[in-house]
Amino acid sequence: MNKANRVRWWTYLLLAVAALACVFPLYWMFVVASTDTATATRMPPEIVPGGNFMHLAGLVVSTVPFIRAIGNSLLVAGSIGIGHAVLCSLAGFAFAKLRFPGRNALFLVVVLTMTVPTQLAVIPQYMIISWLGWVDTLQALIVPGLASAFGIFWMRQHLATTLSDEILQAARIDGAGTWQIFWRVAFPLVRPAAFVLGLLGFVTAWNDFLWPFIVLKSPEMYTAQIAIKALQNNYVVDLGLAMSGSFLATLPLLVLFVFVGRRMVAGIMDGAFKG
Amino acid sequence: MSATLSRPRSLPAATARVRHSLPERLAPYAYIAPFFLIFAVFGLVPLLFTFYVALFDWNPIGEHVFVGAGNFNRLLADTRFWNAAWNTISIWLLSTVPQLVLALGLAHLLNHARLRLAVWWRMSMLVPYITSVAATTIVFAQMFDRDYGLLNWLLGLVGAGPIDFLQSGWTSHLMIAVMVTWRWFGYTTLLYLASLQAVPRTVYEAAAVDGAGAWKQFRHISIPSLRPVIVFTIVTSTIGGLQVFTEPLLVTTTSPLTCGAVRQCQTLTLFLYEQGFGRFQFGYGAAIGVALFVLIIAIASLNYVLSTRIRPERG
Repeated sequence: MNKANRVRWWTYLLLAVAALACVFPLYWMFVVASTDTATATRMPPEIVPGGNFMHLAGLVVSTVPFIRAIGNSLLVAGSIGIGHAVLCSLAGFAFAKLRFPGRNALFLVVVLTMTVPTQLAVIPQYMIISWLGWVDTLQALIVPGLASAFGIFWMRQHLATTLSDEILQAARIDGAGTWQIFWRVAFPLVRPAAFVLGLLGFVTAWNDFLWPFIVLKSPEMYTAQIAIKALQNNYVVDLGLAMSGSFLATLPLLVLFVFVGRRMVAGIMDGAFKG
Repeated sequence: MSATLSRPRSLPAATARVRHSLPERLAPYAYIAPFFLIFAVFGLVPLLFTFYVALFDWNPIGEHVFVGAGNFNRLLADTRFWNAAWNTISIWLLSTVPQLVLALGLAHLLNHARLRLAVWWRMSMLVPYITSVAATTIVFAQMFDRDYGLLNWLLGLVGAGPIDFLQSGWTSHLMIAVMVTWRWFGYTTLLYLASLQAVPRTVYEAAAVDGAGAWKQFRHISIPSLRPVIVFTIVTSTIGGLQVFTEPLLVTTTSPLTCGAVRQCQTLTLFLYEQGFGRFQFGYGAAIGVALFVLIIAIASLNYVLSTRIRPERG
């Protein structure tokens, strides 16, 4: 019994290798982002960061409108995060706790949409955006991402298990309308889950590439990821530049992760299938 | 609160509905409307429209000429299409299989009751997930670089010659598969770990008492109990993996849309983009979308059928 319960040394070794593999590319990104091109292309490679990061970061900002791009990304990802937290909670609340004709059929549609790969319909998606006059605008990125089937599924699960019918009934007897029940009773109860969902939406939107790449045209509209691509066009000229841009575009998420990483891990595991 | 008390109290929900005003009765529909509206406009309609556009010779600023199955006939005869389809499947296999196997093993290791620093191991596994594809690709492209890459430097230390990963088909596929695997294996590990933790500890303890070692416990307890989540991750990684776009695009700097001179790693999504937005052949591009759709549905269904066969092994 005791023997089986002991953690063997090689468990730690394997975990350490995996953890190193996860973190090393980011470290390496910073190493190259902080050396000059000559050092970056020297053999053997430099494996400690140099002192050139601020210089390269300055160069990044002057090569493409990078500050603006970070701002655009914050706006897009922030809106999508908030949209997910609110809209998916609302829909999840309706599916979990309200009775209405067609509820089961509509929920089945939500679940089915999770398995339909709609991303490959990019050509008509672009046509619709173009009819709406949204090409090269940020709402073209924000509006389609405001809610998702996954988010509704997730919030429904949380609401179904967290919000008891007794509380719901008590609120009804007190004369609260459906909206008040959602906003005053249901949402506060599932705020942690909605927060994690918002974070996941934020991360996905921040890192999205294909759709912004198709929709955005002018440099002022670039998101951080498209700005990296623009920098990469100078890749042959300056590797450090592309790496600095990549690092700068990852930095906001790293900072966020330091504060909420624990909750993200817990949230992802919470939303996963259980046995 | 006891079940017998709460039972009758849920009844008023049904009777209360009768008394509700019209806005109250419509409220649920209003709450779910945003999603359905967004999905209809940006998901379903475009998807159906893809099938329609694929029947036309459709220039975004010119004529729309009905060609029926013309685009599909052209597609089937197009060697670039078959090349892209092969690349897509190759990259998908090279990235999905190691990713799921790695995740299974790591989840099993992380599931140990007395593991120290558990939170930190889990957090480190999520670092790739928060790193963008674009950033990931650029750093891996450097590490795999023929002349200045970290990997070739290491290979040089052990006397192996530099490998030009982008030069040939399978090495470029491998390189892209490493990026995809890196980004997703930690996330998948956490999903598996969550399922494993739902298995009562006593099951493992009883097995240990019966003399089952780590490997036997893994094979006979962990794998069977993970069945639903394994099916889920296989299907989702199929849908995602067959749409790989950013990695091959960014890994090649000189000929990005074709991903190398001989389209070594051009995936179907890249081929779609090239035809649709590079050459403005919307009809032909849409036909590629339809083909990709069919491929994804076919492989995902096949995977679903195969993976539901995972059963607890006997003996």
